[in-house]
Amino acid sequence: MNVKLKVENLSKIFEFNGNRVKALENINLEVYENEFLTVMGPSGCGKTTLLRIIAGLDTPTEGRVLLDGREVKGPGADRGVVFQQYTLMPWRTVLKNVTFGLELRGVPKDERIKIAKKFIKMVGLEGFEDAYPYQLSGGMQQRVAIARTLANNPEIVLMDEPFAALDAQTRNILQNELLKIWQKDRKTVFFVTHSIDEAIYLSDRVVVLTARPGRIKEIVEIKLERPRDRTSIEFLEYRKLLLEILKEEVLKTIKRGE
Amino acid sequence: MKINEKDLALKLALPVIAVVVWELLAIYVNNPVILPRVEAVVNVLIHPNQGILGTGNLIDNTLISIKRVLSGFFLASAVAIPLGILMGHYKTVNNLFDTIIELLRPIPPLAWVPLSLAWFGLGEMSMIFIIFIGAFFPILINTISGVKSVPTPLIEAALTLGAKGRDILLKVVIPASSPSILTGLRVGAGIAWMCVVAAEMLPSSNAGLGYLIMYAYSISRMDVVIACMIIIGIIGLILDRGLRYIEDKYFAWRKMMK
Repeated sequence: MNVKLKVENLSKIFEFNGNRVKALENINLEVYENEFLTVMGPSGCGKTTLLRIIAGLDTPTEGRVLLDGREVKGPGADRGVVFQQYTLMPWRTVLKNVTFGLELRGVPKDERIKIAKKFIKMVGLEGFEDAYPYQLSGGMQQRVAIARTLANNPEIVLMDEPFAALDAQTRNILQNELLKIWQKDRKTVFFVTHSIDEAIYLSDRVVVLTARPGRIKEIVEIKLERPRDRTSIEFLEYRKLLLEILKEEVLKTIKRGE
Repeated sequence: MKINEKDLALKLALPVIAVVVWELLAIYVNNPVILPRVEAVVNVLIHPNQGILGTGNLIDNTLISIKRVLSGFFLASAVAIPLGILMGHYKTVNNLFDTIIELLRPIPPLAWVPLSLAWFGLGEMSMIFIIFIGAFFPILINTISGVKSVPTPLIEAALTLGAKGRDILLKVVIPASSPSILTGLRVGAGIAWMCVVAAEMLPSSNAGLGYLIMYAYSISRMDVVIACMIIIGIIGLILDRGLRYIEDKYFAWRKMMK
């Protein structure tokens, strides 16, 4: 298996008002090509910080991130991000949001519209090309955000709790669609969540971080055939396992009163 | 539709009552130098191309005022919008200009009259300068605040799609702040319109609505004074509503930025 993304001896210390808070400590991680990898941990464990450093939106205090062997310096189109908040350009239609990255790269108009339409169809929003984000529900907006990231053809897709703000039904539907797209598009996915269910349902491997400072506590490989059944015995066994691993860390967080 | 008619009736009720009260008072006062009859004013208004008191007609004077406002307003926009964008986006530019702007801003446009006359002489330029000063600050302040309040997640999303500094400015910051810039233009236009009337009341002036008001006053033609005031009110209203229409029509997405 080829290593797509490598995180080496990565630490992050935040400083504000003279206080130093260690968010991440000595993270070493490899994400393989075409892999669906999920990072989870108690709130405040630094999982979003890790994603932001990989995206180039934050800088590590120590260590480095390598994509295909090249060190990451700042944000770039090779690492597409789907954010938790809604980040569509409100003045652009669905189509023009999805073509945004292609436009920046100077892809000719006809071609970028063709590419965008393909991905809009893939996320099930055919017919909404000319709608504006404010006319769409939260779930639909996240679909557009996914289409926008995929249309840009990144080397790896980083997803920061993209479904956290959605209701349970919509979340399950979008998880299924994401898996379908991932299987078709063969992208490497780095996914951050705090939902055990979501992690088991989606991932090849689940990385569990400790409470702050975030260190890798355990990496669990999910050996279940897809599509997975959330109510199967095996699924529930993974749930139990991950709950056990997480319990100690969540208790630490609660004890600190966070 | 019924509700609309009710709304309209309610909106027109007070103006109609005001005209009736005015007419009754005018009959009671019975002195056109203090309060002319409604008919006298209407008579001036319905013959807008009839020469008044040897100073040209209402239309010509109105057009002169409009031309001055537009000149000052466009000059102010041409300086304030680019400066505001740079000040909002680049901290160094902001630090450079902030103090002087905060010092100049509280000075009312009319306090500039003596300097303006000294610098530009008795003529068009000094009046346009006063209008420029009046329109400049609201446009600048709204532009700066619009640029500063562009949500960080939007900028970060654009960065991860491959946007560089110039793209961020042109394709994210400027469109995102355009509703705020338009609000600045609307406020600026209102103030510019107030400034022209004041500037035209200066001793050096010999045309325009402001001039006409002062001249009519000096020869006790209150019907002309009130006719001019009504025109000023109506044009100000049209200006404001026109820009508001553009806001509602082209910036419907603005509610999503909140």
